[in-house]
Amino acid sequence: MNARLLLATAAKIAAIALIAFAILGPLANLALWAFAERWYAPFKLPVTWGTRYWEVVFRPTGDAMASLAMSVWIAIATVIVSLALSVPAGYALARLRLPARTLIMIAFLMPQAFPSVAIYINVARIFYELGLAGTVTGVVLVHVAHGLVYSVWIAAAAFAAVDRDLELAARNIGASPLQAFWSVTLPLAAPGVMASAIFVFLESLDEFTGAFFVGAPQVTTLPLLLYNASMGGNYQIASITALILLVPSVVFMLFIERFLRADVLAKVGR
Amino acid sequence: MRRVSLTGLALVAPALAVVAALFLYPLSYSLVAAFTRDGAFSLAHFDKAFELYSTDIAFTLMIVLVSTAVIAALSTAIAGTLTLSETPWLIAALKALYRWPLFIPFIVAAQCMRTFLAKNGLMNNTFVSLGLIEPLQATSFLDWRGIVVTFAWKQTPFVALLLAGAMASLDRATIEAARNLGAGRLRILIEIVLPQVGRTLMVALVLSFVTMLSVLSVPMMVAGSQPTMVTVDMAFRINAYGDYATANALGVISYAMTAIAAWIYLRHNLEEKRG
Repeated sequence: MNARLLLATAAKIAAIALIAFAILGPLANLALWAFAERWYAPFKLPVTWGTRYWEVVFRPTGDAMASLAMSVWIAIATVIVSLALSVPAGYALARLRLPARTLIMIAFLMPQAFPSVAIYINVARIFYELGLAGTVTGVVLVHVAHGLVYSVWIAAAAFAAVDRDLELAARNIGASPLQAFWSVTLPLAAPGVMASAIFVFLESLDEFTGAFFVGAPQVTTLPLLLYNASMGGNYQIASITALILLVPSVVFMLFIERFLRADVLAKVGR
Repeated sequence: MRRVSLTGLALVAPALAVVAALFLYPLSYSLVAAFTRDGAFSLAHFDKAFELYSTDIAFTLMIVLVSTAVIAALSTAIAGTLTLSETPWLIAALKALYRWPLFIPFIVAAQCMRTFLAKNGLMNNTFVSLGLIEPLQATSFLDWRGIVVTFAWKQTPFVALLLAGAMASLDRATIEAARNLGAGRLRILIEIVLPQVGRTLMVALVLSFVTMLSVLSVPMMVAGSQPTMVTVDMAFRINAYGDYATANALGVISYAMTAIAAWIYLRHNLEEKRG
């Protein structure tokens, strides 16, 4: 009996070790490349370690810093435009009586439900005619459309989770609808709206396909820089860029539950 | 309250306008470009697309289907272990591990795998060091297998997260009853737990299926050579030849693949409502 238990525990440890290797191995390989100055076959580990490439990436005048600034700027603009669209839309979907409400909800999902490459090549063509191809505005617009499903659906869920009685109480003591919205509803829905903003920010920061067709080669975001470096065989620059993109994603994964409470999460998409 | 709110419509209108301008309009553009030639209805572009890329179309469908199957198996195993395991440390370790790739961008995942799965990558090096394979047996996995591994690595946490959530909200009484009657955990998972969360699994898999059909970076970076996925072919038709007609025909073919997923989902949904 004891031997069986020991065997079962050994099997469990082996399974967890295998899972850990499968999940963390690729990330470890990325980290190794980021600190390898020289690494070639048949060596199993980097031949020379160092941070030379970090200096190249973080040189204030380098391409990488320019791309990082460009990516952050595009992401911030995308968040602002998205919030301007999704806060009113989310409130209306949560509180007001709309015809064909389900259809409207699905409309926001559509851009995500179609294979995006086929859409983006045509957006690029339309933008070319409008003079928006290769501009920051063009990339921001593409990112806004792409992130709209998150921002609208999460905002709608956040507003739906706010207790309606609190709004009515504010109205009863004389607040106008707009006052009630600004001083009661919006502050209470803020964590959910915040979560949607972070989502949109990360989606924009990480987005590759749209930027590849609409932005390149004039607008080089961080994912485009990663792609160019990787295809050019410069694995160090590609890996460091990937690490920069990785950090906010992992931090968000660890803290998402703080922002998206279960009661909001349960209402997403309804 | 009963009448339609005009304010509401006005509040949703700007967001809907963005969807119309940046999704519906380009979508109609792509349909027109795919189905017309010199202003008249024509299927000529599809002939060309099939003639040049029929291998890649089959390859794409194969990759996405295999990946979906792998993701379904892995996420069921993870969510099932989290729900049914009686070993606290195992649950804790699995919980701490499985979600890592959840929000990692595809392009970062592609870069990770490009190095990890290479002939001289960390995976083969580890296997050689452990004595599992001889150095000469090490081969590169940077082909269709690499794409499947990358998709599974990236999408399994998403499906497992949704599935584990659905399983956690199940009534434990049926599980306990089955256990008391002596059912093994694998049997409980397959016969009792899975049927009750089938809908969640289906939705998550359909979303993953469409996502995988949309990703451009993974097939470009993980598997450089032929055959490849139609997303790469579309980009190639545009960048190399400015050939929007064939690219859009390939686009319509990828819509058709999505439609298969949507059809399976809807049929499943209807059956559930009837049943």
